[in-house]
Amino acid sequence: MNASLLLLADSRLPAGGHAHSGGVEPAVTAGAVRDVEGLAGFLRGRLATSGLVAAALAAAACAHAAAGEAAGEAAAGERAWERLDAEADARTPSPAQRQAARAQGRSLLRAARTTWPHPALDALAATTREPHHPLVLGAAAAAAGGTPLDAAAITASAAITGPASAAVRLLGLDPLAVHRVLAALSADVDATAAEAAADAAADPLDWTALPAASAPVLDLYAELHHGADLRLFES
Amino acid sequence: MGAGHDHSHDPHTAAPAHGRALRLGIGGPVGSGKTALTAALCRTLRDELDLAVVTNDIYTTEDADFLRRNAVLDDDRITAVRTGACPHTAIRDDISANLDAVEALEERHPGLDLIIVESGGDNLTALFSQGLADRQIFVLDVAGGDDVPRKGGLGVAAADLLVVNKTDLAPLVGSDLDMMARDSARVRGGKPVAFTSLREQPGAPEVAGWVRAVLHEARHHDHAHA
Repeated sequence: MNASLLLLADSRLPAGGHAHSGGVEPAVTAGAVRDVEGLAGFLRGRLATSGLVAAALAAAACAHAAAGEAAGEAAAGERAWERLDAEADARTPSPAQRQAARAQGRSLLRAARTTWPHPALDALAATTREPHHPLVLGAAAAAAGGTPLDAAAITASAAITGPASAAVRLLGLDPLAVHRVLAALSADVDATAAEAAADAAADPLDWTALPAASAPVLDLYAELHHGADLRLFES
Repeated sequence: MGAGHDHSHDPHTAAPAHGRALRLGIGGPVGSGKTALTAALCRTLRDELDLAVVTNDIYTTEDADFLRRNAVLDDDRITAVRTGACPHTAIRDDISANLDAVEALEERHPGLDLIIVESGGDNLTALFSQGLADRQIFVLDVAGGDDVPRKGGLGVAAADLLVVNKTDLAPLVGSDLDMMARDSARVRGGKPVAFTSLREQPGAPEVAGWVRAVLHEARHHDHAHA
């Protein structure tokens, strides 16, 4: 992975992620996550479901962004971005999660276009002002010189590091113990990324076949959280 | 201290707003009166300026609700942003959510003169990013300890205006206003300090006057560079 991709993967990238808990805040509120062990279970489940889906979307977006650049017709790819964005919507049944994914996509798009100017990011922005977050992450990975597998790895990793950091803040968990959990999940993250990249490469023109694993409890949490009176995180 | 207090490097000397609304950050510790000051500025300035507000609530939409309940502005001119338990991150390290809110307000109200971004209650190191706020006010209150200006901190030292609020409480809590004024002057290198009591002067006339002067300066600067 090159240094530019490390910047993209860094949680310090100013792209709005710090205000989203990836569903861990409503899980804490519901009492489903109370300690490091509970968090580990939550992260495993998230990685296998929304993590895999997001990673596959990011890998597809990265491949599409790179292909458009090679063909010198990024602008002609706008309809394709529209299709991929619709695939992301179809895999995100919760309106609250769609809203959160699009808000983060918008913020990342601003950060990425400033940091790694690239025609694919312009084409994506021309399609919609608030694309789904994994699409932007994939296009940004291409802009930063990464492969679809890189895009999938960064996305799968972010799917668990974001909620882990939120849990540290919400429950006062030992940050070292939480990092041990993240390290223990590394092999799963790599496997998820490899699976996602393979799915995206299987038929680059048919995104309908991308994984569509769902996590109904996360969907429910997202909806409950959206209507909650007391919340620290946007989602 | 050293370089941090050398105000020849003050990033806020040049006027900022090139044909867009001036963005004014209001920060300070919990309970110092940021929301009350924001409400006062809205009431005093809303007839002469096109105004909007972004609040950064820590846990609820309390501050935005307060402003709406008190009808200081129309509902669609007030936006609440959540900060994921890190109010300083949202105004300094990662200003994305606040920029999104500011841009949405600008789109909805194209003629805005001033957007106030009120930070969530924070500690003395809170500072607005130059990417978010053109100017910033830091609000302390006399009941929070009269040694706070002496201790300094980024907010107290670097804000364009330091407001020391609730002066009516000074005799009750034994705070020495003269000492606060001397200490503030020392750490702030001559930048202005306003002592206010929103209870005695609900319109915050001194702060409103400073805001008018800053806006005038920004417009003058724009014209000079047009």
